[in-house]
Amino acid sequence: MAQVSHKGFTEAKNLFITEDSIFLREKVNGVLVLEDNIIEVNDLEYSFGEIKAVDNINFVVRRGEIFSFLGPNGAGKSTVINILTTLLPMQKGKVIIADHDLRTEPEKVRESIGIVFQELTLDRDMTVRETLEYHGRLYSMPKAQRQARVNELLNLVELEAKRNVLTRYLSGGMKRRLEIARGLMTRPKVLFMDEPTIGLDPQTRIRIWDYVRDINREGTTIFLTTHYMDEADQLSDYISIIDHGQIIATGKPWELKNALGQDVIYLETSDNQGASDILKKLETVRGVRDKSKGIIVMVNVDGTYLLPEIMDKLRNGGIKIRAVNLKKPSMDDVFVHYTGRELRDTGTEKAVVVKPGRR
Amino acid sequence: MHKGFLTIYWRDMLRFVRFRTLLFTSLIQPALWLAFFGIAMSNNFERLTATLPVIPGVRTVGYLTFIGAGVMAMTTLFTSLFGGTVLLFDKNWGLMRETLSSPLPRIHIIVGIGLSAMTKSLIQAAVIMGFGLLLGVHFFEGYTATQILISLFGIMLFIGAFSLGFLFLSAAIAITMESPEGMQAVVTLLTMPFFFTSNALYPANSFPPVLRALSAINPLTHLVSGIRYFAIGSDFSSIGIRYTYTQGEAITSFVALLAFAAVMFLIARWRFTKVTVT
Repeated sequence: MAQVSHKGFTEAKNLFITEDSIFLREKVNGVLVLEDNIIEVNDLEYSFGEIKAVDNINFVVRRGEIFSFLGPNGAGKSTVINILTTLLPMQKGKVIIADHDLRTEPEKVRESIGIVFQELTLDRDMTVRETLEYHGRLYSMPKAQRQARVNELLNLVELEAKRNVLTRYLSGGMKRRLEIARGLMTRPKVLFMDEPTIGLDPQTRIRIWDYVRDINREGTTIFLTTHYMDEADQLSDYISIIDHGQIIATGKPWELKNALGQDVIYLETSDNQGASDILKKLETVRGVRDKSKGIIVMVNVDGTYLLPEIMDKLRNGGIKIRAVNLKKPSMDDVFVHYTGRELRDTGTEKAVVVKPGRR
Repeated sequence: MHKGFLTIYWRDMLRFVRFRTLLFTSLIQPALWLAFFGIAMSNNFERLTATLPVIPGVRTVGYLTFIGAGVMAMTTLFTSLFGGTVLLFDKNWGLMRETLSSPLPRIHIIVGIGLSAMTKSLIQAAVIMGFGLLLGVHFFEGYTATQILISLFGIMLFIGAFSLGFLFLSAAIAITMESPEGMQAVVTLLTMPFFFTSNALYPANSFPPVLRALSAINPLTHLVSGIRYFAIGSDFSSIGIRYTYTQGEAITSFVALLAFAAVMFLIARWRFTKVTVT
């Protein structure tokens, strides 16, 4: 059992946000117990020339978990995944994956992980079976084991019928499934998935999610990056929100949402500023934030019962209400709460410029 | 021993065999060289050299036989120099990420691709030789069956060593370049000096000194001389010039080709350690 006191954890104040979160639960006699951590990342930094793509990132992933990096394009998610999968060299920091130090034992790390890349990386000129076969051979799997595993995985991702079809003739969803099967070919301890459902239609996405859950249930730890709120919310045991190369918050999906209070009320009024001032005085209101046309009120109690009170207060203050909406906090709200901007609007506006000259 | 390079080899050969168009054109093109250029030039040279006295005591071979070895060597040069292109496509289409993030040592990629290009070159050379023999190239004349087998084996060794060297060079270029167009331009530029300072199509003896020096260190010259040594003999004349090529010279040529391949391998390995594919 490895007992390690972790500088990275004590310094990263915003790493975990609630009392019962993993960090505190793991503390035994003041020493962090890491025996169950399959990924430990400490003070990770990476720069492309002058541009810092990853800035002092710390996190742990526990064995058997689905852990997500949620953030906009260009937030540094792919850079982190590329470092963890040894495609980019380590510049600064310490990473342990499946008990191997990424810096000193990259080959051991490679043997322990599987990867599903963001872009399709299938050879169009190979068949489905050959794709898996090639992968198994790359990892020196014995022939019998390779064949058994190919059958097993084609069954899992429902591609038996396509066994001898060139990958160029597969649909987008099938290609994704094949890539997932390929990532699982060697029974990795951790499966890295970079934006696994990007560019897929809603039904296919849900199907891919089912596979991800199945795989996880069988014991594979999954680290995924996504810029889809619902994906992170639906799949993850833990989420780290990442923006501008930094982790802004980490927690279980419900913990992150609870930080916003129990409910979120959207109001459009004749005087948004006045309304905001009135509501901020209420004890049951956790915070108020401006939107382009209205305001968002985060409340600590059941909004269904608080809403009439709010409306009365505003009416008494001489403020006319034009529109009301009450909902549970969504991941979108969580993201805006922590980053101050909306995920879908950010696009590549502040995207990290990857090496010039690359494709 | 890690057999990873066989995986790379397997995949590359799979694609070679699968794409029959590519296979077919890669075999037909050198045959056309021999058929059109060879026969056309052959007729011209025969006419020009008809009045020259025959060198006594030495076997005289026709021009077609003379360039038969040259066309085999030329084809090997082109195939090998373009053989690395597959790595560039792999890199640009993201396919190489899978390979690079696997535990396979990178050196195996170079070795695997090198062996597959060598196989292709040998297949091509065999087809051109067969085609040449049909067209009237006089190889292995007066040889016994054993001598023919030994000669074939010698030619294979020369072509193998040569194609490995140029494939490693090609792989180093491919992994360094960003675009297929750039690669095409660089490789085309490279083929010119190698091709025209060699003795593939014409004798190098009458070159001016600078060209002759270049020709002497040109791996293509060594390959052509090696093929002629095994296929035609150590002492023959063609288009009025006498060629002698001792066993010692043949061994020197072979060692030169091996040395070239070794240097190119080191360069390719160095380029591969530099590459990051994300």
